[in-house]
Amino acid sequence: MKVLLGIGGSDDSFRALDRTVERAAVADDDLTVAVVENPDSSVSVDEVVRRAEEAIEEAGIGAEVRRVEGDPGSGLVEIAERESFDEIVLGGGHTSPMGKITIGSIAEFVLLNAKTSVTLVR
Amino acid sequence: MSDRRYPDAVADEFPAPPTQFTDGEGRTVEVRRYEGTEEGYEALVDMYETFDPADRAQGIPPGGEARIREWLDEILEEDCFNVIAWHGDEVAGHATLVPDAGAYELAIFVHQEYQRAGIGTQLIRGLLGLGQEAGVERVWLTVERWNRAAVSLYKKIGFETSDAESFELEMGLRLNPDGE
Repeated sequence: MKVLLGIGGSDDSFRALDRTVERAAVADDDLTVAVVENPDSSVSVDEVVRRAEEAIEEAGIGAEVRRVEGDPGSGLVEIAERESFDEIVLGGGHTSPMGKITIGSIAEFVLLNAKTSVTLVR
Repeated sequence: MSDRRYPDAVADEFPAPPTQFTDGEGRTVEVRRYEGTEEGYEALVDMYETFDPADRAQGIPPGGEARIREWLDEILEEDCFNVIAWHGDEVAGHATLVPDAGAYELAIFVHQEYQRAGIGTQLIRGLLGLGQEAGVERVWLTVERWNRAAVSLYKKIGFETSDAESFELEMGLRLNPDGE
């Protein structure tokens, strides 16, 4: 399956990175990791790219890491459509100490606009 | 998530528990602080075990006894504030304040058998009274925008919308003036 993983440096995006890389190694997915500029994240794009490359190397798979500039949600939807991806994978949202889940603005946009399946990793 | 906005004005003074009242169905209901007893804990588990999953909000309360106990253990910690609406030995509702980054997140659940009887209003006022007395300054919550009963309850209490741009509304309340 041709999978587009979008990550921007939030905790849930790193969880999605680990799980998606693991799954790609088992399922032999054709994985592309798109590093977006998440305004809610305190981790720099360079650091996110570094962590993505590290996770890919550790899993021993071949996957492209790409920087996506501009609006993250529309950027991901655009790439998925133009390059015929089967699925977009994103972090599944932030869980507060109370236990309430809130999904981020990027996931909201992608869910409402993507023509592909969307997986939110919990 | 620490850039939440809160009203400038401090909210009204709320009555600290215990309080007692007659609900819309003529039942005597008492709002008390969670006392940490085993009976209280088990009664709370019972309420959540029979709680209608259709009234879940953003993943809570969780389903199944094991997950309910795990979740309760987190939100009944010493640094949280918890009040329970009792009808005899039965829990009619539960409200909680859980610390998160310098403020407190609020959640309230009223069991289906006790809804639409004015218990939520008394319960939330009791919780805020407890928090106010203890010096809590800022309280926030999220609510699904279609849940009009809840949104109007929060507005009546004094909560103001701080973020209306996502699936859930975020609302804030100032219980005490900022310290320092």
